[in-house]
Amino acid sequence: MTGRRGLDRRSFLQGGAAALGGAALALGGRELVEAAGGPVPGGGATAGGAPGAPTAPDDAVGRATEGFRGTRQAGVATPPQASAAFVALDLAGDVDRAALVRLMRIWTDDIERLTSGRAPLADTEAELAAVPARLTVTVGFGPAALAAAGVDEASVSWPAALPPFGIDRLEDRWSGGDLVLQVCADDPLTVAHAVRLLAKDARSFAEVRWVQRGFRRAVGTTPSGTTMRNLMGQVDGTANPHLDVDANLIWREDGSTSMVVRRIAMNLDTWDELDRDGREKAVGRRLDTGAPLTGGTEHDEVDLEAEDEHGLTVVAPFAHVRRARTDDRAQRFLRRGYNYDDAPSGGAVSDSGLVFVTFQADVEAQLVPVQRRLDELDLLNEWTTPVGSAVFWVPPGAGSGEILGQSVLGG
Amino acid sequence: MSNTRTITRTSTRTDSLDHRPSADPSSATVPSETSGRAPRAPRSLLVGVAAASLTLVLAGCASDDGAAASPPASTGSSSSAGSTESDGSAEADALTMTDPWVKAVDEGMTAAFGTLENSSDADLVVVSATTTAGSTAELHEMAEGDDGAMTMQEKEGGFVVPAGGEHVLEPGGDHVMVMGVTDPILAGDPIEVTLTLEDGSTLDVEAPARTYSGANESYDEHGDDGHDHS
Ligand code: HEM
Ligand SMILES: [Cu+2]
Repeated sequence: MTGRRGLDRRSFLQGGAAALGGAALALGGRELVEAAGGPVPGGGATAGGAPGAPTAPDDAVGRATEGFRGTRQAGVATPPQASAAFVALDLAGDVDRAALVRLMRIWTDDIERLTSGRAPLADTEAELAAVPARLTVTVGFGPAALAAAGVDEASVSWPAALPPFGIDRLEDRWSGGDLVLQVCADDPLTVAHAVRLLAKDARSFAEVRWVQRGFRRAVGTTPSGTTMRNLMGQVDGTANPHLDVDANLIWREDGSTSMVVRRIAMNLDTWDELDRDGREKAVGRRLDTGAPLTGGTEHDEVDLEAEDEHGLTVVAPFAHVRRARTDDRAQRFLRRGYNYDDAPSGGAVSDSGLVFVTFQADVEAQLVPVQRRLDELDLLNEWTTPVGSAVFWVPPGAGSGEILGQSVLGG
Repeated sequence: MSNTRTITRTSTRTDSLDHRPSADPSSATVPSETSGRAPRAPRSLLVGVAAASLTLVLAGCASDDGAAASPPASTGSSSSAGSTESDGSAEADALTMTDPWVKAVDEGMTAAFGTLENSSDADLVVVSATTTAGSTAELHEMAEGDDGAMTMQEKEGGFVVPAGGEHVLEPGGDHVMVMGVTDPILAGDPIEVTLTLEDGSTLDVEAPARTYSGANESYDEHGDDGHDHS
């Protein structure tokens, strides 16, 4: 390890090699950002720096960028960044299709600049834009935005909201929204600046309805590709669809998808009462490695049929992983959530949970049946409570010369 | 717009199937930028360089700057916001404006900003401006009044863009004052500003509007009504 300050060298070399050439070049007095794809936290890729490779600059994490233009929006298949903010906005009453076009023109330009480390027009804190840190901004439309665009909801085929579930204790302040911005980066200051700029630029169109901030471990604190842990201490995100093999579960043919954001509170005080064995049985996986209770390593298949010496299934009938899957392989979706840990109120020790975020081609066909099963039976429900819920249509990415939402706004 | 300015080269990660590098303006802008910084060259050569540079600017704009471009539904095909276009005359050929924008306003006065760049080896002077968004446009600067307060006033002699250099128009500094706005300038819509140089050649600029809290500069002796000024 030659990494400084304990940073994992591999995580730099992963994508940092290209950044080597990117030592800031000054041309005409301006800095050129020549950034690499960056490190790959949670990306499942294995690290591998060639021996003797030159050392990456120590701000490689900050310089790294994710592409913006393309047929699909970034921030979905992108290896999850360390920090996130989810911002839902409500449209002003007079926003029509023409106004939405203007807003998308602004956001498209803002996002293209921000994600490449350039300050947007009229950015009053332009210096904060200089650290892209793999920033992605994913824009989603709620029902009112689609209505304003004059789009028949059926034509994009997604529900305005999830059906109600028995476990739900939904609060208005965490639910719904006409537009959403998912802002992710490997640096929280980068996220904060992008959020403020994008919300400011939307002032004449929409006002902020709710903001949910989330986090995973900081880059360089765990080896690249490590599955995240949630605040219950569990390895969370192991059994996700494969980004390529299962691409049709995540994307529609036109590059659009849908995004479900559920705020799920954790009762860590009662979770504390449960011993390790009980905690593992509630999920069906080990706490230390995330491996199935039926053996193997983290990414080995769970054997739902395996029995113990008493003839009981090793993975209990109520275990989360048993309940969260069906025999229908089409009933799967991409989970890309973040931890939240906000200031508690009313004498509580903490206010913690998961900003549970999924992407799927078809909410009703893929996510709803699974959520319904979990609603019926899932031991985790003892300690978790959905307090917010929202569903958004995520338009295709903006191709060259296009604005976000072009397929429904572009005429 | 980034077309002549910041160069970003993005390498996509191998498993990122769905994204192209976001910023290929680099290919178009590198030569443009380089020529913009070219050391002194014979005048005849410069005209050629400047023209080539302009072509690249426009190409960069059309292919990469769709962010701000109007969708097909709206205005004409050549109206990508933030682009700059000259009428082919000598002085304007060497002038570009990067990242132009205007403060959105319902009526009255507002101001346009951006960075003027001169790719020639002689100073260029912008002597006047017009706009379709208001009845009048003026070239303004900020100056300290007798009471120590900063107010804006017309800039004597216009905006000088030094040879091979730039001149920044920004809130709190020089700006193109737009007066007599009657139709609201809506955030996201571009306005057209035409800058005239000493030799009479002109540069057309499309400046997209942004909601902006600052740029509330006050006038010195003219009061707040833009019409007084025209
Ligand atoms: C705070 C709430 C939740 C917590 C703490 C939680 C935690 C976990 C954990 C630890 C795993 C095992 C590791 C993994 O594969 O990621 C898991 C798996 C899974 N969870 Fe959750 N989960 C929560 C809510 C949900 C919800 C609301 C859904 C769906 C609507 C869901 C769907 C799934 C699925 C599909 C799997 C993979 C099952 C498999 O195929 O093995 N989870 N979850
Ligand atoms: Cu003025």
